[in-house]
Amino acid sequence: MSLPFEWGVALRFLREGRAQSVLILAGVSVGVGVIVFLTALIDGLQNNLLERTLGTQPHVVVRMPEEEPRALQEAGEGEAIASRTVRPAQRARSIVRWQQVRSTVAGLPGVTSSTPLVSGAALAGRGTASRSVALRGVELETFGPAFRLAERMVAGQPALAGAEALIGTQLAADLGIAVGDRFRLTAGSGVAEVLTVRGLFDLGNRDLNQRWVLVPLRTAQTLLELEGGVTSLELRLAEPFTANEAADVIAGRTGLVAESWMRTNQQLLLGLSAQRSSSNLIQVFVVVAVALGISSVLVVSVVQKGREIGILKAMGTSARRVMGVFLVEGALVGLVGSLIGLLMGVGLSLFFQSLARNPDGTAAFPFALTAELCLRTVAIATVTGVLSAVVPARRAAKLDPIETIRYG
Amino acid sequence: MAEAVTHTGPLVELAGVVRDYGTRVITRALAGVDLIVERGELAALMGPSGSGKSTLLQVLGLLDRPTAGRVRIAGRDTASLSDRELTAFRGDTIGFVFQFHHLLPAFTALENVAMPVWGRLGRLRPGDRAHARELLVAVGLADRLDNRATDLSGGQQQRVAIARALMRDPPLLLADEPTGNLDTASGDQVFELFRRFNRERGTTCLVVTHDPRIAERCDRVIELVDGAIAADRRRR
Repeated sequence: MSLPFEWGVALRFLREGRAQSVLILAGVSVGVGVIVFLTALIDGLQNNLLERTLGTQPHVVVRMPEEEPRALQEAGEGEAIASRTVRPAQRARSIVRWQQVRSTVAGLPGVTSSTPLVSGAALAGRGTASRSVALRGVELETFGPAFRLAERMVAGQPALAGAEALIGTQLAADLGIAVGDRFRLTAGSGVAEVLTVRGLFDLGNRDLNQRWVLVPLRTAQTLLELEGGVTSLELRLAEPFTANEAADVIAGRTGLVAESWMRTNQQLLLGLSAQRSSSNLIQVFVVVAVALGISSVLVVSVVQKGREIGILKAMGTSARRVMGVFLVEGALVGLVGSLIGLLMGVGLSLFFQSLARNPDGTAAFPFALTAELCLRTVAIATVTGVLSAVVPARRAAKLDPIETIRYG
Repeated sequence: MAEAVTHTGPLVELAGVVRDYGTRVITRALAGVDLIVERGELAALMGPSGSGKSTLLQVLGLLDRPTAGRVRIAGRDTASLSDRELTAFRGDTIGFVFQFHHLLPAFTALENVAMPVWGRLGRLRPGDRAHARELLVAVGLADRLDNRATDLSGGQQQRVAIARALMRDPPLLLADEPTGNLDTASGDQVFELFRRFNRERGTTCLVVTHDPRIAERCDRVIELVDGAIAADRRRR
């Protein structure tokens, strides 16, 4: 009785109706457990998918605009020219004064790193085997960290000098070469060079492992006949989901084409948002089911306690205070139930995570159990508890003391 | 409460009180009751079943509003009070003892006694617990303070209910067949408490009873027949 009336009576009522309280708490716990588990699973999968996508893609790519058709002859006054528009063949072109462009975009807010790239098609061959590959001349000091190359190396060193190359595991298998072996690379221009394999990487993507050949910037410039030039600048942002805005700003500043990863991966983002909506829908239904459960148990409890409520009111307890008792009951049920449910959800997530492991020991289901998720769920459950108690509480507040006492 | 203390006229004044029930078929439970109860009276309210005793007690106890007529308690016209004010005024002025004690089973005897203050103010003040204890001692339950209400006998529960009714020191105590479902010995014990609190504290008591033995021991016996006062005798 040292507590405020509403809290003291709510606690005592909950303790008194033990079976009911246990049932209602179990209902809330299971609901919250499901929400925590599902959300952690779906968020985890989405984060993982995004990480995989962005692990091999820059957030923004800056490159030259495509070459537009140009009229060979202008029509003079009173003349008409029958013409046919022929799109020019696109060739590798360097960004004009790319160092200057780079320092401009690198200084923009939100841009965390920029790396120049010289890319083009090439043919990698050894003996009779040959594969078409994507030649990528990179500045390893900036490219390496952006793509977390060091941790993706499976053999050799993440280092490049002169006529050296880093290739994917799949290409190495296709050509039958290992670290220290040499292979021939012939660019589209016809220029060829013999390169030494310095290391093998695994980007977690079979296509990239088969196609990417990383060489020093200068080597690629030579092979693609782009002395001193680069074909694109690849940027990383502090906040990947601001890529569209950042790309627009960059395009406006430089007059170049800036592609956001969000526009080139629209399908993926659409899929993710569809998944998120369905997960939200499930959560809403769970919350509604839990709310109905709390509400119905409390309504029954109001009916059972009608006589006691009547006597409290006869003794001068205001309707508002009686209502408070049941609102507090709802809040307590929501809070305590959600704390238990949180433990269940977290436990279940950790259990599943420990069951399914990748060969390298990392979790196959990367659950995203964040403090934000936990706090949000507890807050939602508590508010739901209070809201579900509104109907029973109003009912209790409206009870007429005579009715309840007369037929006691 | 202040008015209840400073007011010096009759504690209860009913004038032409009518109470009808039903909308299509109207049952008249009280058919114009005029009643004045002075401070310090111990009155019995008698009458056959259906005579309107309980209705009169509810109207008197401000649990119900009359269809017509005036109810003044401690000089205050209750018709002008809102439901919320009425609840508060009732809590401050009137203590109830019902036939079915109506203790809260989840609470101990002491907690039940302190409940009117807790429910009205939201919190217990420093002296309230001690006051509740004194009241329980006064009704002879010194050794049952921390028993759950459900662990007490019928007579003991009714004594707890009396202690509870007195917790806020109301000028008016209303009892609806307080001895109705008790054996004779327990009933006598319970009635003696009304007698004692009436003498010692000057609490005005109105007791509805079927039991002529109880009525005999009151200062005044009011008899109700068909919703009207048929007899009103003062002893002494």
